[in-house]
Amino acid sequence: MADFETPEIREYPLIPHIHEGAMAGTKPFVAKPEHQKALGFPGELVENWKEVAIDKMGDLLGKYRSLPVFLDSCVKCGACTDKCHYFLGTTDPKNMPVARQDLLRKVYRRYFTFAGKYFPKLVGAVDLTEEVLQDWYSYYHQCSECRRCSVYCPYGIDTAEITMAGREILDAVGIGAKYSNEIIGKVFTVGNNLGLPGPALKDTLEGIEEDVKEDTGVDVRYPVDEKGAEVLLITPSADFFAEPHVDGLIGYGKVFHQAGISWTLSSYASEAANFGIFIGSYENMKRVAMRIREAALDLGVKRIIVGECGHAWRVAYSFWNTLIGPFDFLDPRYPAPQHICEFTYDLIQRGALTLDKSANDHRVVTFHDSCNVARASRMGNMPGGQFIIPREVIKAVCNNFYDMEEGTIGEGTFCCGGGGGLLTDDLMEVRVKGALPRMQALRHVVEEHGVTHMAAICAICKTQFAKVLPYYNFSMDQIISVHQLVGDAVVLGAKQ
Amino acid sequence: MDFLSIAYALVFYFATFVLVVGVGRKIVQYARTPAPLKIPTTPAPTTGTGVALRLGGEVVFFTSLFKSNKWIWVFGWLFHFCLLLEVLRHLRYFIQPVWWWVALIQPFGKYAAYGMVIGLLGLWGRRFFVDRVRYISAPSDHLMLVLLLAIAGSGMLMTFVDHTDIISLKAFVLGLLYGHWQPLPADPLLLIHLGLVAALMIVFPFSKLLHGPGLLFSPTRNQIDNPREKRHVTPWATDTGAGTAG
Ligand code: HEM
Ligand code: HEM
Ligand code: SF4
Ligand code: SF4
Repeated sequence: MADFETPEIREYPLIPHIHEGAMAGTKPFVAKPEHQKALGFPGELVENWKEVAIDKMGDLLGKYRSLPVFLDSCVKCGACTDKCHYFLGTTDPKNMPVARQDLLRKVYRRYFTFAGKYFPKLVGAVDLTEEVLQDWYSYYHQCSECRRCSVYCPYGIDTAEITMAGREILDAVGIGAKYSNEIIGKVFTVGNNLGLPGPALKDTLEGIEEDVKEDTGVDVRYPVDEKGAEVLLITPSADFFAEPHVDGLIGYGKVFHQAGISWTLSSYASEAANFGIFIGSYENMKRVAMRIREAALDLGVKRIIVGECGHAWRVAYSFWNTLIGPFDFLDPRYPAPQHICEFTYDLIQRGALTLDKSANDHRVVTFHDSCNVARASRMGNMPGGQFIIPREVIKAVCNNFYDMEEGTIGEGTFCCGGGGGLLTDDLMEVRVKGALPRMQALRHVVEEHGVTHMAAICAICKTQFAKVLPYYNFSMDQIISVHQLVGDAVVLGAKQ
Repeated sequence: MDFLSIAYALVFYFATFVLVVGVGRKIVQYARTPAPLKIPTTPAPTTGTGVALRLGGEVVFFTSLFKSNKWIWVFGWLFHFCLLLEVLRHLRYFIQPVWWWVALIQPFGKYAAYGMVIGLLGLWGRRFFVDRVRYISAPSDHLMLVLLLAIAGSGMLMTFVDHTDIISLKAFVLGLLYGHWQPLPADPLLLIHLGLVAALMIVFPFSKLLHGPGLLFSPTRNQIDNPREKRHVTPWATDTGAGTAG
């Protein structure tokens, strides 16, 4: 399959010994000049890159409190060193969260602190060199910004923030990653990550309507650009066709249908994902999000609901109100925005859906908490609702549910290995190795409880697992959407 | 007044100045730098009281560290708790008459020295024996532990082996506080102890010892999880033209 070895799943997870330089050469393709320029970055490495990088670092230090606080506060206690799935899977010490931070911290110290200016050797401060820049490019693209390390750090130091800053600096000197930057460009020009234009989207949705009709005999609608609909659904564009995503979309449609609530997609804002967050660019993140506000106003909807997507939900839940709020034009009786799981859960609570759990009897299900939902957002009105609500939804539609081991789910959930802008073939080795801890936990419930399927609520998780499951001797269709389970169990037609 | 007493008096004024101004400047920097986005590590409290409890738990019990690594927690918490006891016990040199509770903790404070040393040695051991921690340790990380161990060690030698003249020392300290200087007992152990303490005060604002104030300013820990209910706005971020329509 590839020129690297898939790590071995052991009976008990082990903290590996470090192997320096294990992933040193690994890095994603560099963005082409036209992709860089579309986002307002220089096309290629600028001549005075050192100066630009240091200036940019100074700029960011003044804009984000997290940076000076995190860079100053780390005591090198080591508590985070065994918490990153990329370290556990690759054994490269620079993939330990604190070491990843140190790549930036040692330059910060050299140029911005008294100790680093006058006693660099003592505090491990170094000049910004070509080599350091290469390390940044390599190791800031071996972090999925999953925030697992921040849960376990005594000061909440979030390496994701450092990685975002690192990528911002890299973009500022002209070497961005192809994958993220090209995709953001597509959103600006076409409206979604996949570059799927409006007419193609319409065709696809019509096709889905036909399939559902054929399957169930019921006219379930998958509308787009319908003015005056009650709900605007913002969902990752992967939901429009790829397996297993599209079965989730089919599920959302069935839920709306049964709830009797009019809804629509938007061809202008046909993307929930917001890769602006991955590259730490506030401006790009805002520009991507603004399309959604515009679409909501244009279509005159009363509510915005977000489909299954992890970091999209983070941006929507945590950032939208700041970036594109206030949402005073929406119906104040509903949270703005609302997650599709919150919506379905509400209907289930009210008894508004007729569910036939036995439709899922051929499945034994576990649930993968997506990192950005788990550690960077919430559902419902109490802390931790993001863990309870999707599980309650699954249990309401499915008789066989088993959780994976404590410490690998909930706030301690392991990232799928493909988040944060790493979901690209040029980083396959990082993705496969980073999936090790999740695969280990999955293997455990498969052996213990005969689990057949892992459900998730994130387009990146689903794509990533479909790709890496086979490396660990699972099959690619063992990953499914939560709303596929829901869709299969919903009894269409008048309420019985 | 002998030269040594004057030198130590000046060093302590200088160290106090550096500590107060240095840490003060850092706190002002942290407080003035905006946190443009809501980034609490969730599940996070949804109220201000909840956040106060979260931070309180981190300061008093090191809750996150407890979740993450029991060895570091045991050694680290032991060290900090004993350090706190030591500092409180030392208040007797700075106040007259000595508060009743400072008198009460004197015997515990005395033995806290052992706890401090055990904690520090445990933490230091990790820097040699755990390959991951060895990898991330800079010379300054070792030196900080050495410094604290030397402070504790010199203190313990005075307490348990070779006493110093505590009465004159207290006169010296109160003299510093009230501005009529008194001579300092020229005891080598005491001079070492005090010299190292002054060094600790001076490096504080320039080192990782900023983790104390840092924790309180950490946005992942001190933000309320209420972005949908309350629009979070900060100067530079919101100026970029939000809410153009509607
Ligand atoms: C608000 C007050 C403070 C809090 C909440 C706090 C908390 C912590 C925590 C959680 C750690 C990591 C675990 C460990 O290694 O112990 C740590 C490390 C450390 N703290 Fe503190 N601390 C505080 C004040 C101080 C002060 C005043 C000092 C010294 C004067 C200090 C010295 C250290 C040192 C040297 C380490 C690193 C230990 C090592 O090398 O492993 N701390 N602190
Ligand atoms: C961070 C600051 C300090 C630390 C960590 C520290 C630590 C210690 C420790 C562990 C001991 C031995 C146990 C005990 O008797 O309590 C001790 C003793 C002592 N310390 Fe400190 N000390 C500090 C600051 C000071 C200062 C500022 C003074 C002077 C005003 C001082 C004066 C003494 C004396 C005189 C003793 C001997 C007490 C006796 O003989 O009973 N220390 N110190
Ligand atoms: S847990 Fe936090 S303080 Fe400890 S080494 Fe990691 S980042 Fe630094
Ligand atoms: S944010 Fe996630 S991927 Fe990045 S260093 Fe922390 S644990 Fe690793």
